[in-house]
Amino acid sequence: MFDVAVVGAGVTGGMVARELTRQGLAVCLLEKESDVAMGASRANSGIVHAGYDALPGTLKATLNVRGAAMMEQVASELGVSFRRCGSLVVGFDEADRQTLRRLYERGLTNGVSGLELLSRQAVHDKEPNLTEEVCEALWVPTGAIICPYGLTIAAIGNAMDNGAELLTGFAVSALEKTPEGWQLQGADGRQVTARAVVNCAGLYADEVARMAGDHSFTIRARRGEYLMLDRACGGLVNHTVFMTPSERGKGVLVTPTAHGNLLVGPSSEDIDDKGDTATTAAGLAAVKSKASRSVRGIPFHRVITSFSGLRAVGSSGDFIINMPLPGFVNCAGIESPGLTAAPAIALYVAELLRAAGYPLSPRTDFVPVRRKNPIFRELTDDEKNRLIREDPRYGRVVCRCETVTEGELVAAIHQHPRPHDMDALKRRTRCGMGRCQGGFCTPLVQEILARETGIPEQAVTKSGRESYLYVGQTK
Amino acid sequence: MSDKLSNKTALVIIGGGPAGMGAALAAHAAGERDILILERGGALGGILQQCIHSGFGVHRFGEELTGPEYAHRDAARVAALHIPVRLNTMVTAIDPDKTVHAVNPTDGAFTVQANAVILAMGCRERPMGALGIAGDRPAGIFTAGTAQKYVNTKGCMPGREVVILGSGDIGLIMARRMTLEGATVKAVCELLPYSGGLARNIQQCLRDFDIPLLLSHTVTRVHRDRAGGRLSGVSITEVDADRRPIPGTEGEIPCDTLLLSCGLIPENELTQLAGIPLDSSTGGAAVDQDRMTAVPGIFACGNVLHVHDLVDYVSEEAAIAGRAAVAYLTAGADAAGSDRPAVEIRCEGGVRYTVPQRLSAAKDVTLYFRVDKVYRNAAVSVYDGDRLLASVKKVKMVPAEMERVSLKGEALKRLSGTTLVVKLEGRS
Repeated sequence: MFDVAVVGAGVTGGMVARELTRQGLAVCLLEKESDVAMGASRANSGIVHAGYDALPGTLKATLNVRGAAMMEQVASELGVSFRRCGSLVVGFDEADRQTLRRLYERGLTNGVSGLELLSRQAVHDKEPNLTEEVCEALWVPTGAIICPYGLTIAAIGNAMDNGAELLTGFAVSALEKTPEGWQLQGADGRQVTARAVVNCAGLYADEVARMAGDHSFTIRARRGEYLMLDRACGGLVNHTVFMTPSERGKGVLVTPTAHGNLLVGPSSEDIDDKGDTATTAAGLAAVKSKASRSVRGIPFHRVITSFSGLRAVGSSGDFIINMPLPGFVNCAGIESPGLTAAPAIALYVAELLRAAGYPLSPRTDFVPVRRKNPIFRELTDDEKNRLIREDPRYGRVVCRCETVTEGELVAAIHQHPRPHDMDALKRRTRCGMGRCQGGFCTPLVQEILARETGIPEQAVTKSGRESYLYVGQTK
Repeated sequence: MSDKLSNKTALVIIGGGPAGMGAALAAHAAGERDILILERGGALGGILQQCIHSGFGVHRFGEELTGPEYAHRDAARVAALHIPVRLNTMVTAIDPDKTVHAVNPTDGAFTVQANAVILAMGCRERPMGALGIAGDRPAGIFTAGTAQKYVNTKGCMPGREVVILGSGDIGLIMARRMTLEGATVKAVCELLPYSGGLARNIQQCLRDFDIPLLLSHTVTRVHRDRAGGRLSGVSITEVDADRRPIPGTEGEIPCDTLLLSCGLIPENELTQLAGIPLDSSTGGAAVDQDRMTAVPGIFACGNVLHVHDLVDYVSEEAAIAGRAAVAYLTAGADAAGSDRPAVEIRCEGGVRYTVPQRLSAAKDVTLYFRVDKVYRNAAVSVYDGDRLLASVKKVKMVPAEMERVSLKGEALKRLSGTTLVVKLEGRS
């Protein structure tokens, strides 16, 4: 019996699992997919929002500002790519100017530091590739970028290093109250019992809540489509460039990513099908045309991939973090700024449980720092040579576009949470994430993954279930 | 691999495919002995190793070889001549001063200061993500070359029911290969109104197997089998002259595999690190008749320079670069850098690019070029102002086939200006 079962291994679930493990609880993390960070956590803007956007007094505002303040240290402990590049909210007309002023005031109320309203000249000096249409901006020096799936993977890995358990392929199909807590039934027949449940099920949080008997909210899916450009384009803008939210919508952002690519998006479309993560021709076209209003010369011929993520939009408008039933906690409707807020949400959940009488107390033996595996391409020649002398596999470059070595693949394969498929390994190492998108290295990576995990080579999948890379032998 | 690595080498060749080997052999024949080939793979031969079909070497050897046979002829000579090779070695950077940074498991991370460098890194395939096709991202989508590697070197079948997007040569070859291995190739869709592959491949790989070639068609969306996660089908549509989908022509083809043969991109990331400007039409460095780039002493040849249709022509070009590198080394950098006339070659009316893009010596030279679409009964002419220097007439010229026109050194000695114009005339 676990103290807590966390349902959903996204960034919220991961951060909650890590915090509750730190607080001395025995935690089990249940994930229906084959890997962690498989929902919105792997497909979002990767922005650490400063907190000028959310309405004062909401959980979104409070936890955003608190999470933003925590993020740099969390990223450092977990060894996650993080860069405080600052952000600009650019405006195009008088209406935008007024909105920017309102955002500035709201930011002050929310406790965001360093905000500044910039004139046309000042904003163009700061960001030379903006279009002439841009005539003002809100400068947000504390805005930052982070690798969202990297954060999720590392948080869960760190929780596991400290004793938490992860069960993948565990789709909760029923929740039953027991005298000691809850029994969670998996669709595949497995069962887990825990004194408390924390529902971090993202798009499906409403369904999990209903299983427990809480019918107080619903979750809708909002699709956001993105274009990722070659790393050679990452320097087109120096900051995250947002558009001023207006009646036309929130606009799209143009930003360098924590790994140095250029990211453009998202579109915004409410959809009924929570499983539909496809991109659409119309969505991608809209992203291109909107982005071109704020930043000029975006080299769309250097797009290396496109993707879409589904944001979990809660029916209350705010984050839904509560304990509607004894021992059952919701973390639902965690849309933007959910990534930023995640470390603060974890603390908030811990306080809810503590207040309800669960025995939380910080462990003295908790190790908050996760082992950071060497990233070959960031090393000096001397460091590379030391590493290669110890393990020659670091001298074998497997992914030529991102310069990822066999040594890095092997290290990632054997680190919590262990990857079992190609995409999972890609998210941990960037292998196959470059401009050729795995064209050259896929067969070799497949061999290495099979060799190191013991999975037969033909059973290796792209992304779980039956997504096999090949279907049999030649004649 | 056992011999000790020197930190100074006269000629470093990046890449041990047909271009790199051809350049090394030509440099050796011209008298250079201080050569080092750096190859990222475990053997010489590059992509030829997985091209087990025949058709290589007709022009160079007068016989039809398979890819591995063609590669072996050069690799055997490289070995017999004891030209030093480092395998499993990835070059990670080239500085403008010709310092080459590389890494492998036995030597570690090392640098070699070269006096001359020949770039021969080849090209890569345009991946799915760069095509802007909407839909899911299931398993079962491969570039044709990746599928070829699975089938030909690993003996694995990527799928059973196949649609191929793009009619480049590798796609055509794989249509035949997959068919011979028992798969059903349902269609080859080509966005353009003509094929991107060689005529002989259209005949031998598609028509001979009754595989439909759908010109002016493209894939607009891919579909995923939700339960399993593999490709379940593609939406296709006919496109108009501006490549826009024509409403009412949409259809779906169930399939578990989509192969992409949508263009090859010269791999010039290292070239750019060396400060060498690229030609936006070829995707490779701009070079002179010696295949020397804008950085004196750095040469380029093969598919890293521009994508070739036949390996025979890669070898031919590599020999030019190999010989020229030795001449550069012999003459010394000063001689090569000074007093060279600079004649730019400008393309007009239907000629997409030429290689070389400029001339720096008045000697016999062959200009290689591609046209931008299909032309019949056309001539390509080279002009110095109003003066016609050379012309070549063809019944048909297609973008898939590289054409050539030769200029005499004598004619280049008396040029009126600093620009030659290559253009298409009398076209229909």
